[in-house]
Amino acid sequence: MQFSRKSKASADIPTASLPDIIFMLLIFFMVATVFKEFRGLPIQLPAALKTEKLESKRNVAYVWIGRQGQISVDDKIIAMDDVSPILSDKFAQNRRLLISLKIDKEVKMGIVSDLHEKLRDAYTLRINYATKHVEN
Amino acid sequence: MDIRRRKKPNDEIPTASLPDIVFMLLIFFLVTTTIDMDKGIMMVLPDRGGEFKVNPENICNVLVNATGQVLVDDEPVELRQISDKVESKVISRGKDADGKWKLIVSIKTEPDTPYNTYIQVLDQVKRTKATKISIAEPEQ
Repeated sequence: MQFSRKSKASADIPTASLPDIIFMLLIFFMVATVFKEFRGLPIQLPAALKTEKLESKRNVAYVWIGRQGQISVDDKIIAMDDVSPILSDKFAQNRRLLISLKIDKEVKMGIVSDLHEKLRDAYTLRINYATKHVEN
Repeated sequence: MDIRRRKKPNDEIPTASLPDIVFMLLIFFLVTTTIDMDKGIMMVLPDRGGEFKVNPENICNVLVNATGQVLVDDEPVELRQISDKVESKVISRGKDADGKWKLIVSIKTEPDTPYNTYIQVLDQVKRTKATKISIAEPEQ
C-alpha cells in the first residue's frame, strides 16, 4: 500500500520579515524613550487617591521644594522672592502653563502658602500638587 | 593569458546576525524606557483682588492643626472620616440654580501643619461631591 501526501505544506514560520518587525518595535521605543534630563531635588511625595494625569509636558513647569525648604526651578536653587519673576516669564511664553508642585511631604504649610502667594503674583493659577497614587 | 582571481572575495555584508543585533538594541530600549506619568491633585488658585462675600451658611470650615488633628465645622473628625462628614454636609446643603453643589469647603491650615497632612485632607475633600474648594491662608 502506498500513501502519498497530497500537499507538501511548508512547516517553517517565515522569518524573512522578522528584522523589519523588530526594527519597527525598535524605532517605536527609541522615539518613546525620554532620558530624564532633570531629576530635581530628592523628595518624598505624599500619596493621594483622587489624582489626575498631567496634560502634555510642554505646558508644565515644575517647582520643587525639598525637605529643608529649598526651592528649585529649572535645576537651580532659588530664593522664594525669585519664584514669581521666573514663573511670570514662563507664563508670558505659554499662556496655558500649569505648575506642577513637587513638594516633600515633610515641608511645613507656611512655606507652601508663601509659594501660593508667589504663584498668584505670577498669575500662574493652574497648579497640580504632585502625589503618588494609592488605593485606600 | 590567463588572468584569474585567486580568491573570490564575498562583497556582501553578512546580514544573518542583523536580527540579533536589533533584538539587543530593542531590549536595551525596552528596559530603559520609563513611561512615567506625572500624577497629582489639580487646583486652581484664586485670582488677586477677587474678594467677594459668601453666605456663611454655604461655607464648611476644615481646620487642620500642626499635629494633624482636623476640625470640620468645630467638630473633631478623624482624617479618614472627613470625606463622609463633608459629603453629608454637601448633600444636606443642596444645589444652587445652576445645578452645582452650594457648599464651599474651606481648608485652613497652620504654618506648622505638614504638607502631607494637608494633601491627605485635600484628597479626602476631593473624594466628595464638593467642587468649590478654597484654601485659606494660614494665620502667621
